[in-house]
Amino acid sequence: MSKIILSTDIEDADIVNLRIGDIVYLSGTLVTARDAVHERLLREGRDLPFSLAGKAILHAGPIMRNLPDGTFETVSIGPTTSMRMEALEAEFIAETGVKLVIGKGGMGAKTAAACRKYRALHCVFPGGCAVLAATHVEKVESVDWLDLGMPEALWRLQVREFGPLIVSIDCAGQNLFEDKKIAYNARKAEIIKTVLTASTNKSI
Amino acid sequence: MEQTEKINVEHFTELLAKFIALLVIRLPDDVMAKLAELSQRETSPLGRVLYEAIKDDLSLAAQLKRPLCQDTGILQFTVRVGSNFPWRNKVSEVLRQAVLRATREVPLRPNAVEIFTHVNSGNNTGTRIPWIDWAVIPDRDDIYIYGYVAGGGCSLPGTAKVFMPLEGLEGVVRYIFDQITSYGINACPPLLVGVGLAGSMDVAAKLSKTALLRPIGTSNPDAATADLEQRLTDGLNALGIGPGGLGGEASVLGVHVEQAARHPATLAAAISTGCWALRRALIRLDADLNYEVLSHKGAVL
Repeated sequence: MSKIILSTDIEDADIVNLRIGDIVYLSGTLVTARDAVHERLLREGRDLPFSLAGKAILHAGPIMRNLPDGTFETVSIGPTTSMRMEALEAEFIAETGVKLVIGKGGMGAKTAAACRKYRALHCVFPGGCAVLAATHVEKVESVDWLDLGMPEALWRLQVREFGPLIVSIDCAGQNLFEDKKIAYNARKAEIIKTVLTASTNKSI
Repeated sequence: MEQTEKINVEHFTELLAKFIALLVIRLPDDVMAKLAELSQRETSPLGRVLYEAIKDDLSLAAQLKRPLCQDTGILQFTVRVGSNFPWRNKVSEVLRQAVLRATREVPLRPNAVEIFTHVNSGNNTGTRIPWIDWAVIPDRDDIYIYGYVAGGGCSLPGTAKVFMPLEGLEGVVRYIFDQITSYGINACPPLLVGVGLAGSMDVAAKLSKTALLRPIGTSNPDAATADLEQRLTDGLNALGIGPGGLGGEASVLGVHVEQAARHPATLAAAISTGCWALRRALIRLDADLNYEVLSHKGAVL
């Protein structure tokens, strides 16, 4: 199968046929947005300094190095736990028109519904693989809201074939991690019984 | 004399700053070996993609000398200091200075946020941070320092609860499974699961973290505890959580249990988890500040 590369601005047609478990890569504009950016936009009602329509966001707090010429180098930039943004992500997608939400681990039913309604994807980048991710960043285009601190600021990046990105919620609202969770929980009761049966000292 | 002392303290600080750099750039030997073993065994296609990314990341981090994960955590140290170690009065300040230096030079991500002001100090120090756990070893003149990076993602599943003794092992086992199948999935598995069992929550919590410091592949010296470790490892692996929580052969790097005698009326259990990027390191320094990195064989600072 050939490598699927999504380029910003992403159109609905680029993503509607992708399904959970598919692997894609991103080229173009990727903006970091985690807890504080979501809060500032949606709870404090501040405007974003640029449009995110058709773009991609990354739940991440990078390590950036300030270079002598005033620009920044991306040292290390892995994804953070997406579930922390679940309370606000649906609203974020509706408000901004962002097409790709990239992070780590799954997201919940509200985000899945928003992905279906507004045609967006949630993808996971392999957690912890932050230097791998940094090598796909070509340039730091700008930084805004740096008063939030380095991890929480709005870093606008130019990326090339950023990935692998595993589709975890698709435009049909299917949710890979929710499906997996159901499977893990279905196995759990039987396994716990085995663990306890094998026990030689049931009462500690 | 004063001049000599100044030179030695500077040397001690420099060594520990380099030790912190090693800690965030390279995984310890036991974790590397376990990841290689689990990667070999992985059959799920998505699981293999994840292990491939992990392998690439580890080699890029070593090659470019960058933190292998962007979350360089809250710096925690467990210090076992000989009562005759000549630099014992300096250790606390040297660790603080080493954190400041490593934050600038590696660089590390500034992570220390004050509880009420939400202010990030920007330099990884703050109230009681870096965190240091102390133990004094009588009649020795050397020091053992464990460095541990407590990242946000894998600190989130941490929990402690006091059970009634009649809930027994069953209650504890359910508690562990519930936590790993909910919070554990997003915490960058395969995880090292540390379990502390004791009479009160604080002792159990501390032991759950101590459990993560023990090398993977070792067992608790008590036979019944070692048996529980093995059964929990097999049981959690049977869930098939896989790398990144996407499904696969293994869920954990291992399960380590540490226990203390409990009160007749209580059974406290605590869980700490370490992600696959389990960044811990152990250094021994003698009275002359000659060092050996015990966690990373052959490492030169």
